[in-house]
Amino acid sequence: MQVRVQEEGFDLGAESDAFAAGVEGAGAIVTFTGVVRDADGGGLVAMEIEHYPAMTQKALEAIAAEAKTRWALADVLVIHRYGRLAPGERIMMVATASRHRKHAFEAAEYLMDYLKSRAPFWKKEILSDGQADWVSAKADDETALERW
Amino acid sequence: MDVVYFAWVRERIGVPREQVDTSAATVADLVSELAAREERYAAAFADLSALRVALDQELSDFDAGLAGVREVAFFPPMTGG
Repeated sequence: MQVRVQEEGFDLGAESDAFAAGVEGAGAIVTFTGVVRDADGGGLVAMEIEHYPAMTQKALEAIAAEAKTRWALADVLVIHRYGRLAPGERIMMVATASRHRKHAFEAAEYLMDYLKSRAPFWKKEILSDGQADWVSAKADDETALERW
Repeated sequence: MDVVYFAWVRERIGVPREQVDTSAATVADLVSELAAREERYAAAFADLSALRVALDQELSDFDAGLAGVREVAFFPPMTGG
């Protein structure tokens, strides 16, 4: 299990390859990547991601460890960035490896649902008109946890 | 104890972290004490349903006791991923 909280970007291909190399024998690898998208009304200049340094690493590790107890996973990788990101930049990725795809897919979805509302990150959208808005959590994000 | 704030809670209160001398028994008691201090605190704590709390870096709730707690964090619902 590998969890990394970092400001710098990451190479999706290199991370995926390294992850795959470490789980020889797993028949299924699922990766998910979150990317900075434009604001709903357009005009996004940057996204600033704040986090709670003392809590982030252990919150992510707890979520990843829980996924490993629920599904038969050969390994889990979580990378999540913070700081100022431009539109189109990658924010985060998860990778899961399992013998069969069902476990890898479900675990990846579980990780994403929990990262959304249980990992201490907060996003702020910086717009071209000078406005800056905190992204609010959606009610859907909370209800998404209920299925697990 | 240390009290830390994130996102708009930090902006509204105006500091990221402060030391608070308190004998509050629960998080809710601490919130009442802080909210009574100044308008900026009252504004930040006006709607507790819009806030989350962590005690020593673990998510908790407003009824939780503060005995032995070293760091209390207040922040809006998280938006990771």
